[in-house]
This record gives sequence, structure tokens and C-alpha cells, in this order.
Amino acid sequence: MAVIPLERKPLTFAERTYLPQIASGLWTTFKRIFQPQVTLSYPEQRPAIPPGYRGVPTLVRDPNGREKCVSCQLCEFVCPPKAIRITPGEIPADQADRAHVEKAPQAFDIDMLRCIYCGLCQEVCPEEAIFLQNQYSLSGYTREEMVNHKDKLYELGGTIPDQHYKWDQKKTAAEHGNTH
Amino acid sequence: MATEFAFPDSAAKAAGAPPEFQTEKMSLSMGPSHPSTHGVLRLQMELDGEILTKCDPVLGYLHRGDEKIAENMTYNQFVPYTDRLDYLAPLANNMAYAIAVERLAKLEVPARCQAIRVITAELARVSSHLMGLGAFGIDTGAWTVFMYCFTEREKLYKLFEELTGARFTTSYARIGGLQRDVPEGWTKNVNAFCDQFLPILDEILGLLTRNKIFMDRSVDIGVISKADAIAYGLTGPNLRGSGVGLDLRKDKPYSGYEQYEFDVPVGTKGDCYDRYLVRGEEMKQSVRIIKQAVAKFPGGDWYAKDARKIFAPPKDKILTSMEELIQNFMIVTEGPQMPAGEVYFEAENPKGALGFYVVSKGGGVPWRLKIRSPSFCNLSILPKVCVGALISDVVSILGSFDFVMGECDR
Ligand code: SF4
Ligand code: SF4
Repeated sequence: MAVIPLERKPLTFAERTYLPQIASGLWTTFKRIFQPQVTLSYPEQRPAIPPGYRGVPTLVRDPNGREKCVSCQLCEFVCPPKAIRITPGEIPADQADRAHVEKAPQAFDIDMLRCIYCGLCQEVCPEEAIFLQNQYSLSGYTREEMVNHKDKLYELGGTIPDQHYKWDQKKTAAEHGNTH
Repeated sequence: MATEFAFPDSAAKAAGAPPEFQTEKMSLSMGPSHPSTHGVLRLQMELDGEILTKCDPVLGYLHRGDEKIAENMTYNQFVPYTDRLDYLAPLANNMAYAIAVERLAKLEVPARCQAIRVITAELARVSSHLMGLGAFGIDTGAWTVFMYCFTEREKLYKLFEELTGARFTTSYARIGGLQRDVPEGWTKNVNAFCDQFLPILDEILGLLTRNKIFMDRSVDIGVISKADAIAYGLTGPNLRGSGVGLDLRKDKPYSGYEQYEFDVPVGTKGDCYDRYLVRGEEMKQSVRIIKQAVAKFPGGDWYAKDARKIFAPPKDKILTSMEELIQNFMIVTEGPQMPAGEVYFEAENPKGALGFYVVSKGGGVPWRLKIRSPSFCNLSILPKVCVGALISDVVSILGSFDFVMGECDR
């Protein structure tokens, strides 16, 4: 623990002629020629994406192909740049096994021109329905194209494993007379 | 806001010379988009030949109203905005902000969380100084240094990406904890980085430290005396370059910095070269801290478990238990619950002392949040140091200051 003054030693006569530094600089750069390449030929070569990467936010289905989002709008609330817009709706009539879920998004838009990839939506979602996955380098020709609608979000998201099957558990519990 | 400085006017001095040598002063704007102003800084200069007689920095081109934005969102929602202050060291900003709010709540985070924050802040310091060094290199004509610095910085960004999921805008800290725990094997990667980094740093510094070309551009240029550095509120490497050994990590330790051994390098003269030397040495000290922190990396919790109104419960609890679900909803919609009061906290960021002044009237939203950004204060001395310098030295001086406009204008 100390404060250390940084001393400077005077340059030698040779150093004052600029030459030794030029030579050693050239030598340093010359050595680097034989080191492995550090650049990638993007887009032919793609960088490896680590697990937990925060790419484009997507909606996911559970392994039975059912929609997970219950349209609680927590992600819409938390999103700092207000990129998410949700219109809540009913569970479609043909999905009788999910009737007890009560709500599903009728429309779910994420404006990718606003999204800052912060990951807060994924963090707060109480259903594990929204995930930032591996896609990056998004582009489009129009502003409309950059708004991801519900279909697109599900297409990007795909299916991910589910440890809980929360609503199935709830149903079973309810059948046994325990509503919590 | 024109600043008047009396400076020996060489035109006046040349009064005795033939009339064709008596020239008018020239006004020149450097920036807001000039490669060596590192962002959108504009310098309004008045030149006498090649010598500056006046220099007014014009700020505000990147103003986004971050302080006002903070009043309209919960404490956690503001974390992504802190990334965008000093965007070359977002991890350090995240940490400074989180600690400021935690001080308000009088909340202590567990040792593991503190250690992770120290490691990330020091990695951010290394990455920021690499960028500063590389940019200073370019400003003085050394492209190679910039390239080598970027190669190293890229390795750091790989580490940040593994840790937080993003390379640049990390948004890693949360009030009372972190976004997530360190992934498996990450600390080993950090250690591996440190081991290979030191020889490369020596190689990079070796290109400049005793290089006469570089020294001609930096020694005795932009000299800031000790008294001036203090009077203008300089902090960070710019202050230490002038020989003041102030480092908040030592003087007012936070996040467990008192456990680590490191030295505070200070310059002897206060010129551009000293600021360069200080940054070079600080990177080595940061690596020292990181290695110590990794060596005694504590286990246990990585967030404040008992702060149930501040840090959201774990995901599997939220999915299975009603109580935690409600708690999650409350923390997200109402924000982490803070007592009324006010707090000022400064952290030693790569660019200097980054301060957050938080006024709370209770609840989850700050009533007022003021950001003291080191770059802004550091630039206040420009009108003083630039006067009398050659116009080409201004480029050197700016490079040696290593400021970031994102934080300056915020
Ligand atoms: S990642 Fe952040 S900005 Fe993007 S939609 Fe989610 S909460 Fe909004
Ligand atoms: S994605 Fe999650 S947080 Fe957003 S509305 Fe659906 S269930 Fe709620």
C-alpha cells in the first residue's frame, strides 16, 4: 500500500537519435506477423455465442407447443425504452386445457428500433415466456419491418425446456382442492 | 461563456516587425465531429498563428437528460442508462450506481457480490485504459498501439459477454445484487487473461514509454500543476498525473477494496506523458487487484437475500410460490423500496470519481438523481491548459485526458 511516484530516467544518447525505438518497434510488429490471426472474416465466420447471451428478445412456447405468456404486461411495464406493446386477450376457445390460464396476448409487438437489449423483460417475466436468445445483427429496410409481431416473436423463440409446467401444476393442485 | 485569459500575444510582441508579419487572430472550431475530439466535443479556439490564445470547450451535443429520465423510472430500470454514461467502462458505472442506492437503503451486499463487483470494475478499468491508451497512441501517430490495445480489449469483451450476456452495454448490477452469478469457470478465464495480459501490456508500453517520437509529443505538454489540478476538481488518472495521490479505492474504500493490496501511481510533472504513465501503471495495479480477488473468491450468496423488498426472489420461487410472485410484481412495478433520505456516493471510476447524488422521498423511484461525471469536471481545465499550446498539442492534450462525452453530457 503506497503511493508510488513514477520516475522517468533520462534518455540515453542512442535513444535520442530515435533509431533504437524504431528498430525495436519494427521488431515487435514483425514478431506479431507470426502470431495467430485475431480477426474473424465476418460474416463468413461467426463468433461463438456464449450461453446467456442477450440477443433479440423472443417469445417461447413450452415443450407441448403451448403459449407461455399470460399477458401480465410486466415486461411492458419494466422495459426502460418502452419497446414492448401488448394487447391482452382471451385464451382461444379451441384450447380448453388452458382455459384456467385466463389470459393470453392478443397482440405482442416489440419495436426493435427501440429495444436496447437490456434483458430486463426476461428477468422480470413470471412465466419464463420471454427470452433474449442468440440472434443479433438485425436489419431491415423500413421501420415497420423492425417491429416484431407476435408470430415473428414465436417463430424466433421456438421451444425451450420447461422445468415447472406451472399451469399444469396449478390445475392438478386445483383438482385436489388447493388453489395456491 | 467566453473565458478571457491574458496571454502574451505574439502578434503584439512582433509589433516591431515589418507589417506583413503582423497577423490577425483566427477563430477556429475543432469538432463537434473531429477525429481527435473523441466524441462530440467542440473546441472554439482563437489562434495566433499556431498558438492558442483562447480555448472554449462547447459541451452538450450528447445531452440526453439522464438525470431527468431517472426520476421517471424505478431504481433498477435506470441501470441500463448508467451503461451509457462512460460507455467505455459500463461495469464500473453499474457498480457505482448500485452502491449509491444501496447506501441509501443502508444495505450491505454479501462478500461474493462485492468481490464480483471489484473484479468487474477492475476489468472495466483495464478496458477503459486500453482504449484511452490506444486513442492517445493514434492522436500522437502510433497506430500499432491502438491495434494491440484493441486486440486485448476484445478479449475482455469476450469475458464481459460470458458474464453479462452483452459486450458493451452490460447492465450488470442490480440494487442489492447482480443480474446473475458468475458462470462456471469464468474466474479461471479471468485469471488466464491476466496472465497473458501483463507481458503484452509491457510490449505495448514498450512501444511508447521510451520512444522519442512519442515523448516529443507528450513531455512538458499540457502541464497541470498540483494546485491547478485540485482547484479545477480533477479526479482520476488526470489528477494523479499531477502528483496528487488521491484514489477513492484507498481513501474511502467501498465494496471491500480495503482487503486488496495495490499501489497508487502518481506522476511527477503533470504533463501528458505523466498521465500516460499513470494509466499504464494503473492497469498493472488493476491486474494485481483482480488476481487477489480471484484467489480469495468467496462463496455464498451473490445478492442480499434478506432485502426482500429490494432484490427480486429467484426465478424458480417466482414460478412456484404465490408469495414470491407477488413480491416480484411489487419490486418490478413499485421499484425497490427505499427509505426517504439522501446520499452521495463517489466511486473511483477509470476516468475519475463518478458520483451519484440520490434524493429519495421513499418508495421505488428517485426524487432527484444527480450525476457527477469525472469527464465533465476534468474538461473544465481545458481553457487553462490549452492556452499557449500549439494547435497540434491540443490533440495530444485531449488524448491524454481520456474523456468520454457520453458521461460528460449525460
Ligand atoms: S430487452 Fe430491454 S429494451 Fe428490449 S424489449 Fe426487453 S426490456 Fe425492452
Ligand atoms: S412475456 Fe412474461 S412478463 Fe411479458 S406479458 Fe408475457 S408473461 Fe408477462
